[in-house]
Amino acid sequence: MDLVHVCMPPPDAERPWRLESYEGRGGYRVWRKVLAGELDAGQVLETVKASGLRGRGGAGFPTGLKWSFMPRDCEQPTYLVCNSDESEPGTCHDRDILRYNPHVLIEGMALSAFAMGATVSYNYIRGEFLGEPVPRFLDALDEARAAGLIGRGLGAAGIDFELHPFAGAGAYICGEETGLLESLEGKPGKPRFKPPFPAQSGLYGRPTTVNNTQTLACVPAIVEKGAEWFKSLGPPNSAGTMIYSVSGHVERPGNYEAPLGVSFNDLLEHAGGVWKGRKLKAVIPGGSSVPVLPAAIIRECTMDYDSLSEAGSALGTGAMIVMDDRTCMVSVLRRIARFYYAESCGQCTPCREGTGWLYRMLTRMLEGRARVSDLDLLLSVANNIEGHTICALGDAAAWPVQSFLKHFRGEFEEKIRSSRAFARQREAAYA
Amino acid sequence: MSGNSSLPDAARDAIRESAARFPSGRQRSAVLDALRLAQDGNGGWLSVELMDAVAEELALPPIQVYEVATFYSMFEVRPVGRHCVSVCTNISCWLRGGRELLKHLESRLGISAGESTVDGRIFLKEEEECLAACTGAPMMMVGHRYHENVTPDEADRIVERLR
Repeated sequence: MDLVHVCMPPPDAERPWRLESYEGRGGYRVWRKVLAGELDAGQVLETVKASGLRGRGGAGFPTGLKWSFMPRDCEQPTYLVCNSDESEPGTCHDRDILRYNPHVLIEGMALSAFAMGATVSYNYIRGEFLGEPVPRFLDALDEARAAGLIGRGLGAAGIDFELHPFAGAGAYICGEETGLLESLEGKPGKPRFKPPFPAQSGLYGRPTTVNNTQTLACVPAIVEKGAEWFKSLGPPNSAGTMIYSVSGHVERPGNYEAPLGVSFNDLLEHAGGVWKGRKLKAVIPGGSSVPVLPAAIIRECTMDYDSLSEAGSALGTGAMIVMDDRTCMVSVLRRIARFYYAESCGQCTPCREGTGWLYRMLTRMLEGRARVSDLDLLLSVANNIEGHTICALGDAAAWPVQSFLKHFRGEFEEKIRSSRAFARQREAAYA
Repeated sequence: MSGNSSLPDAARDAIRESAARFPSGRQRSAVLDALRLAQDGNGGWLSVELMDAVAEELALPPIQVYEVATFYSMFEVRPVGRHCVSVCTNISCWLRGGRELLKHLESRLGISAGESTVDGRIFLKEEEECLAACTGAPMMMVGHRYHENVTPDEADRIVERLR
């Protein structure tokens, strides 16, 4: 498997976060063309549309199509918002774009805002990134501003492009685009009903597009090298590269940027294989919200939208969480359930109540206070959350439960029985 | 664990600077920054008086500040230890010993997650959710600094250095 760097800097680049390094690699060439008036907004939009770029934040929605929902020639302000609120468990590549290649994001935001006719943009960065990624991004903003790449009346074309940073304060739900907009307005990050979609009524009620960090970081290369080049990197419906965050039970966890469509086996091998010489049990291939796949199924998959969807899961954020054969699936699911319980914003009853139910029922199973028939109840709670909430957090809480039971039900039954037997023995011993 | 009840001038200036990034009349957008500045200047927590001062500075009803301070996990509305230590126990860290790391620190510091040491030195945050350093698991955050691939021994050294 060959690494291909579209969003990440080449590994041998020195201080790749500096403007000097980025420009040395051809950075800001496209943006400077725009500023010189040599490239118009329609060309940028059409190129991104034709490239087949899909959102890297998890949903995989076609980026160019999303941009085309923005009203044309409407009164300003309209907004572009970058979602750097990276918090899907297992996912840590946006952090590396901010730390190691912040200028590619700035150029990507500039081009994208220009394509949509937005003159003001915000980058919403999660608050926990204040130590390293935020200062790197702020330094890059200063450099770009000093170089005349951000500001008002830029270049011969006299373009306006303002970019402001924004730091969150700890809430997974702010990764949901309307929750993020609420947070950006200074409110609790509770997602909004859609419609209206942000392109009609977003930040401060104005037309807004929210795109993920990695999505925007793809844009400069697409505009420079062309839609066909980007498409040719991956299989049909999965253009370009993905920064795969490989974590869990592997020898060499890491962020590896490679074309979409690489085989799972190659990616696993690149990460050093399953650690300690153990066998593969299961993989969550796209962040904790997507369905788990057992070894036999994931071994046959390629890492792209279609292959993983056909296998019953999703590419999600490209965060591959690897589990070895000693992993207790009940404990893993309980930890995942705790996450959604802790992060539910609480405005929809099925999610607020249901996530707590899931967590407590799984806890009972591990503590020997459950019956095998409770598995049906667990599934029914999950099914009653799915599809009944304003945002996708409810679905994301349900899918792990459904998929863990689909593939590992026997293990759950065994665990419930053995925990129950163990609890009885302990009671007897202390009686 | 004592604190100030009013905002220092530097914080007021920074809040105004933050508010300038938003359209006029949209200063509510600066409330997260304002609360962070207030908390950082107050030993890591927000008193009601401080939240009221933020409300006054941004010309907001106090409830709009309280509801934000209690929604986001990085704000504390009760006194806590000077140094905030978070151990991620979410799935990628869980698989590589994050839970054990937290248990180790709990017994080492003699407190449970969510509590502060009696000398007011360390606040061990409730079981932390994913901090997006999954390829460096297990990890812990001290203040805003990430420590990755942390062993129990390293965790001991890290917390010992905190004064």
